This record gives sequence, structure tokens and C-alpha cells, in this order.
Amino acid sequence: MDQAKIEKIKSLPQYQQLVKERTGLAWKLSIAMLVVYYGYIMLLAFDPAFFTTIVSGDHVSIGFPVGVGIIVFAFLLTGYYVKKANSDFDELTAQIKKEVE
Amino acid sequence: MTMMKKALFGLLALAFAPLAIASGIDVEAPAAKETNWAAISMFVVFVGLTLYITYWAAQRTKSAKDFYAAGGGITGLQNGLAIAGDYMSAASFLGITGMVYLKGYDGLIFAIGFLVGWPIILFLMSERLRNLGKYTFADVAAYRFQQTPIRVLAAFGGVAVVILYLIAQMVGAGKLIELLFGLDFNYAVVMVGILIIAYVSFGGMLATTWVQIIKAVLLLSGATFIAIAVMYQMGFSFETLFKTAVENRGGNMDILYSGGFVSDPINAISLGIALMFGTAGLPHILMRFFTVPDAKEARKSVFYATGFIGYFYILAFIIGFGAVALIVGAEYFDGPKLIGGNNMAAIHLSSVVGGDWFLGFISAVAFATILAVVSGLTLAGASALSHDIYANVVNKNATEAQETKVAKIATLVIGGLAILFGIGFKDQNIAFVVALAFTIAASANFPVLIMSMFWSKMTTRGAVIGGWLGLISAVVMVILGPVVWTQILGMGDAIVPYKFPALFTVVIAFVGIWFFSITDKSARAKEDLDGFEAQFIRSQTGIGAEGASEH
Repeated sequence: MDQAKIEKIKSLPQYQQLVKERTGLAWKLSIAMLVVYYGYIMLLAFDPAFFTTIVSGDHVSIGFPVGVGIIVFAFLLTGYYVKKANSDFDELTAQIKKEVE
Repeated sequence: MTMMKKALFGLLALAFAPLAIASGIDVEAPAAKETNWAAISMFVVFVGLTLYITYWAAQRTKSAKDFYAAGGGITGLQNGLAIAGDYMSAASFLGITGMVYLKGYDGLIFAIGFLVGWPIILFLMSERLRNLGKYTFADVAAYRFQQTPIRVLAAFGGVAVVILYLIAQMVGAGKLIELLFGLDFNYAVVMVGILIIAYVSFGGMLATTWVQIIKAVLLLSGATFIAIAVMYQMGFSFETLFKTAVENRGGNMDILYSGGFVSDPINAISLGIALMFGTAGLPHILMRFFTVPDAKEARKSVFYATGFIGYFYILAFIIGFGAVALIVGAEYFDGPKLIGGNNMAAIHLSSVVGGDWFLGFISAVAFATILAVVSGLTLAGASALSHDIYANVVNKNATEAQETKVAKIATLVIGGLAILFGIGFKDQNIAFVVALAFTIAASANFPVLIMSMFWSKMTTRGAVIGGWLGLISAVVMVILGPVVWTQILGMGDAIVPYKFPALFTVVIAFVGIWFFSITDKSARAKEDLDGFEAQFIRSQTGIGAEGASEH
């Protein structure tokens, strides 16, 4: 990639939008995942009594829905990112490629 | 092709010779139960199918790109299954179900730690890797830097992780096969070694990918069946499942709660970092992103992989509790312990809910799992040697044919090492190897890779010094830790009281990269900095990225 092409791509509004939106979304979702996971670990470490709460019947403790919930949450986050990327980011990328190729 | 055919059949004959011998021996050695014919016949079907796939793939594996990256023609769904296949090793199937069986809820906490790295890999790495890379993660890590020092570092980190992982898998494989099939440990290890050399050297990434896919489908179906069978017997009620499990533990409710697995927050965070960043630094996983045609398929593969892996861990959790609830009866126990140890919980449970044939099926799946994971590892190790060391350091003018030839020799070497280490470490305490593999991946491979993509000011010097500091500190701190220092060397209290010291070693690597980059005033540093913009644009847009090969 030569310098002229670099400058051209950098100046494209679609490129700037792509970088800004994707970077923003990627960090937001990453932080969401980290906060949920390390929040869970911290809760386990500092308030283990919380996990002895029984939420259903006599044996289903709160840890089970929370744990499965984190797995489902992780999957939903990836689904959200892919959906967003498939529609918005790919469209912007296609426009950028059209401009320079 | 006739030569290829002959070679394959020769290998097939070699691979089965020990089976025949062992089933003969086993009749006289009822200690490992009677020979499990159901397991053996299903295993034979699996091996036959995978060898046929290898033959099919061999005809389509001509160029270097075919060998390393299956020509870049794998779809997102296929790659997602293959990634899940790479990740759902026998260790995680048997290990996590065994851990749930032993400790209940704590097993779920551990499984979650293995999963949460995946979304991060998707958000920050998968598309960039695909846009920048070619065959190995070192292609990305070394993109704008001086090739030799970064390639050597990346290959060293990559091969170290592969070898450690291989030791764990091979020793586990030998013991598992000994127990399930009544086959001698050494024969089992040699057989695994020969089969994977055949898959990888003839079929390259295409065969490896399909072996992973088949194994992932078998494992997911088998685990689904066990979990449904468990829930059926429990009237599809978690209350009944947990209640029965607690009753079988003499009314002790502890398995429903966290049993102090995370009593020490530093240990817990350090483990979380090792699992999360370590996953993002495993060479055999990273390599999978180069098998898809573009960034879109790369991101889809992580979505599918996260779904399959998450689903699998939920099943593993049900299976673990199902084992506590349903494995009753003296035939499964040796005194108070499960026959074969806690890690056999899923295997015994499959016999309880599905009888002998299903036990055979699950045993064969467990073996298939080992074969698939070991071939992925072998391919990654061989690629580091042939692509990073040979073609980018030793002989920079190597032709594609030369490089592919070296890759096949490297496959033989890594496969041979796997056999030797499997036998050599048979009676050793290898509990540290997975911790060490993840710690090295998190502290050497991951920091250099992620910083090369995100930090414009990283220089060759910073990457090399920081990466080696991470690698060396990982090795030193694991040696000074509780498993090696206290248990293996018997030197008393551990100097580093953490099994996974990643919290410290990752910080050391990042600080090293930062400090030795910002203080780097060399001419090379300027070149490194100047290259960032072009790299960044390619990583974002995929302009100039490797395409899929056409055929």
C-alpha cells in the first residue's frame, strides 16, 4: 500500500466512520464481558454467602442461573457484534473498497 | 496417488496392529474390564472415515496455502465447529465433567473461565488476524517488524505451547485408551502418533479441519444424548437432579455452592487472565482464522464456536451432576472412588444411561477427541518450524515446494516428539503442563500479538524484549509455584503461591513491551512506527489481505 493510497483511504468519511464505530463497539462489548466475568469472580471471592441463596424448590441455588446466564450472555454478545458487523461494517468496507480499487 | 494410497494403507495396517495384539492380551488381564468390542468397532469406523478424509484431502493439498490454511476455503460454520473441536479437548470433556462430579458448582466456575475469552477474541482479534495473516500468528505479530527476532520469539512461544499441550494430551490419551480399550499404554501412544502424522502430513489443514468437525459433531451429539437421558430420568427437573445428587452425597449441600475455588481473589483473577488471554495466544486456535476466505467468515466462526463451546459446557455441567445422581452401584467403584478416577465420571455415566453400546460410542468419541486435538497441535507446531523458522529465518528464498517439504518433515518431528514425550512422561506428575502452556500463551504470544495490532508505538526491540520477559517469567514462576516446586521437586512451600501466575507474567510482558519500545531510538524503531498506518488500514478494511485460493 503506497502513501497516496493510505492518505486517500484515511480521508474517506466511510473509513473514519468504520474505524470509529467498530472500535467503539468492540471496546464496549469487551468491557461488558470483562465486567460481568470479573464481577462474578469478585462476588464469589468476597460474598460466597450470596451463592447459598436458594431460588427455586429446596436445591436450586442462585449460582446456577447466574452461571448459565453468563454463558448465554457471552453468546448473545458475540451474536450482537456479528449482526452489527454483517450489516453496517461490511457495507462501509465495501464502499471504501469501491472508492480506492 | 498410488504411492499415497499405499502409504496410507501401510499406516492403517500399522495403526491397527497393536489393537489386535492388545485385545489378545486383554483377555488375560481382566483388571481393565473385558475388551470393549463396541468401543473398538466404533473407533475403527471413526479411524477408517478419517483416513478416507485424509486421502480425499491429500488430493486437494498441493500448495503451501492448502497445507497450512486449507486453501482459505473453509466456511464460518465449518471453522466454528473446528475451533470448538480444537477447544473441546478430552481434557475439557472428561476434566470438567469430572470436576463437576467431584466439586459440583466449582466445575461450572472453571468452565465459564474457559468460555469468556471467546467474545474478546471476536471483538478485538478475529477480523484483524484474518486481514493481516497468512499461515501462522507470527505473520501478524511480525507484520511490520524486523522478521527474524519476532519470528524466532513467536515460533519459540508457539512450539513451547504446542509441546506442553501435546504432553498433556498424549499422556491422557494413553491412560484413557488403556482403561477404555484395554490397550497397552505405549501401543496407544504410538498409535495416536502414527495416525496424526498421517492426517497432518498427507492431508494438511483440510484433513485436520474435517477431523475436528466430525469429532465436534460426535462429541456434541454424544454429550447431548447423555444430558437428555439424565434429565429424562430426573423428570426434566433440576430440583430433582440436584436433590438426588445431594442425597447421594449423604445429604451434604456443598456441591450446590462454591466450595472455596475462588477463596483467594488474586489466585482467581490470575487464573481468569491465564484462561482468557491464554486462549487468545494458543497457536493452533489462532491458526484457524487463516482457513476462512475473509474477515466476515472469521467473525462468524467465533460466533458459532462460542455457541457450541458454551452449549457444551452447559451439557458438561448437567453430565457432572448426572454422574453424582445416577452413578450408584458397586460395579462403578473401587472402594470409595470411581474406577479410573473422577475424570471417568462421564464415561461411567454413559454406561448407566445408554448401556454397553453407548459406552462404546462415548469411549470412541473420547479417543477421537484426542486424535483431533493432537493433529491440530501437531500442524500448528510444524507450521511454526517450517513457515516461521525455515521459510522466514533460515532460508528466506525458499520455494513453496521446499517449504511444504520442510512442513511435512516438521510434522514427522513433532509427531515423533509427541510419541516420545507421551511415553517419557507416562508416570510423571504433569499437572503443571497445561498451566504452563496457558501461562506462556498468555504472557509471550498474546501480548506481542495484540500490541502489534493495537499499539502504533511498539518497536521490534520492545516486542522482542517484552515477549521474552513474558516467556521466561512464565517458565520461572511456574517452576517456583505450588505444583513443580512443592509437589514435584519437594522443596517445601512454594515461592510463588499461584498455580497460574499469569497476573504477574502478563503484566511483566506488557510493561517490558511498553518500556523497551518508548526508549527505542534506533533507525529500525522509526521503520516500525512508520509501518503502522498501512498495517492498521489493512487490518480494518482487508484491502491487500490474503484471499482464498481457487480450485
